[in-house]
Amino acid sequence: MEKQSIEQLENTALQVRRDILRMVHGVQSGHPGASLGCTEFFVALYFNRLNHNSNFKMEGKGEDLFFLSNGHISPVWYSVLSRSGYFPPKEMDTFRKLNSRLQGHPATEEGLPGIRIASGSLGQGMSVAIGAAQAKKIDGDDSTVYVLMGDGEQEEGQIWEAAMYAAHWKVDNLIATIDLNRQQIDGPTKEIMNLIDLRAKYESFGWEVVDTLQGNDMKSVLEGLEKAKNLTREGKPVMNLLHTEMGYGVNFMVGTHKWHGIAPSDEQLEDALGQLPETIGDF
Amino acid sequence: MEKTLDLKFNYTEKKDTRSGFGDGFLEAGRRNPNVVGLCADLIGSLKMGAFQKEFPERFFQTGIAEANMMGIAAGMTINGKIPYTGTFANFSTGRVYDQIRQSIAYSGKNVKICASHAGLTLGEDGATHQILEDLGMMKMLPHMTVINPCDYNQTKAATIAIAEYEGPVYLRFGRPSWPIFTDPAQKFEIGKAWKMIEGTDVTIFATGHLVWEAVVAEAILRSEGISAEVINIHTIKPLDEEAILDSVAKTGCAVSAEEHQYNGGLGDSVAQTLARNNPAPMEYVGVDDSFGESGTPTQLLEKYGLNAANIVAAAKKVLARK
Repeated sequence: MEKQSIEQLENTALQVRRDILRMVHGVQSGHPGASLGCTEFFVALYFNRLNHNSNFKMEGKGEDLFFLSNGHISPVWYSVLSRSGYFPPKEMDTFRKLNSRLQGHPATEEGLPGIRIASGSLGQGMSVAIGAAQAKKIDGDDSTVYVLMGDGEQEEGQIWEAAMYAAHWKVDNLIATIDLNRQQIDGPTKEIMNLIDLRAKYESFGWEVVDTLQGNDMKSVLEGLEKAKNLTREGKPVMNLLHTEMGYGVNFMVGTHKWHGIAPSDEQLEDALGQLPETIGDF
Repeated sequence: MEKTLDLKFNYTEKKDTRSGFGDGFLEAGRRNPNVVGLCADLIGSLKMGAFQKEFPERFFQTGIAEANMMGIAAGMTINGKIPYTGTFANFSTGRVYDQIRQSIAYSGKNVKICASHAGLTLGEDGATHQILEDLGMMKMLPHMTVINPCDYNQTKAATIAIAEYEGPVYLRFGRPSWPIFTDPAQKFEIGKAWKMIEGTDVTIFATGHLVWEAVVAEAILRSEGISAEVINIHTIKPLDEEAILDSVAKTGCAVSAEEHQYNGGLGDSVAQTLARNNPAPMEYVGVDDSFGESGTPTQLLEKYGLNAANIVAAAKKVLARK
């Protein structure tokens, strides 16, 4: 797949945001907030940074691999997978419905192309990504493994087992990203469980840390990913702290945890879609 | 007692089943370059050291972090590796149940969860480590295969065989030195029960260490004029229902014997098979809804009612119900 320019990526992101809202609205269920907040990241990854093949093969030899640990933001992933050719966009219409391959949280059970592990129960994805990265090293495969986690998810203990392990084993073909939107279901992370300084935490665990300060600016996201990539293969795992706004792109959803797992009504959808022009074509 | 009995199976040597795992693991590694190992700070206890020495590039010490180990193993399967994880049975199951459920079973990953020190025969460490619920937890997971071999040779054969099978496997073995009474050249067939001794009056379905107790029990029963059939159920899931039903059609009653809680173990699997197809009287030999405690393996099997004498008593009880 050809790498999209910033202008093309921004157009794609508009469509992805529409897809997210229409999927969640269609079934009145799902997680729009962090899906919208991570749209630039997903679009930048799948349409520019990742060396991947939409003719899906589980083993992904010679390809960069992406794992989603915070599986509840499945709408953004499904949209990006579909828009990059893994399955027909029309299938987004089945999201969270009976007999669908687009499960509420990503799964391999129904064989949806692009998904390599089930996720949703938090804290597990980074371990899986590390395993995949080490397997690539055993095989002399020089591609990169990516994983995205939530910031609230950092409260899970397994994350820190994995963080210790990745540095100890010098898993330097791994780029982990944390969606730093500072929100979790019950409220701001600062109030629920203060994460304090994730950069200091990961640095002290032996990681290289990059900050992407404008996680909803395509140029900034691309630069962050490039900077992270340049730090790989230097003996340390790499962490990309992606500062985003939950609900970005829709004025009444932005910056609050309230849209973590709530679907828009008919009127709210109309209002939101009015802010996001159709670019590629709705499913 | 064993010396005066006319046993159908005999032994000259005792060894721990975990050594069967360690030797089988090395052999599996020699046969298949995709076999890799992970261990959570118990390389010596799990007997994984020989593999680590021979294949250092395919072995990963994870430290005391079992949840992470399960995730890493799941990730390694993605490009075709066959990871064997090693830790105690307690930390291989209950501690990491959700990791196994989501990242391994639901995701259909080819991970071999190798679990030592299962059951009461762990001995002196006591109830914190003596897991008696693991078979139940693992067999409840869709896609999971559950194997509990009976001696060194069978454990070694099973360890080699699971590398050839595609899919998640729970392999359970133990710590005590135990009679080696099965063929060193046996071929291990997953899901295929082994009729070790033919009989007509009662069927004893045994798994793990208690297969040996069943062999002893058969000799005692025979000396008293009772003909017991002994079937080695090394694979709890998928269960060889045909072997169970064929045998009980002949004997008309059953005893299950396992180093596990009544709830959720082999006994429940046998009972379910009988209830759905051919209801017949059945007795359980196992642990009846309690935790274990410190003691020697022999003392514990006696106190908790899991030895040959208990199997004999259960057989007589079930015969009286026919």
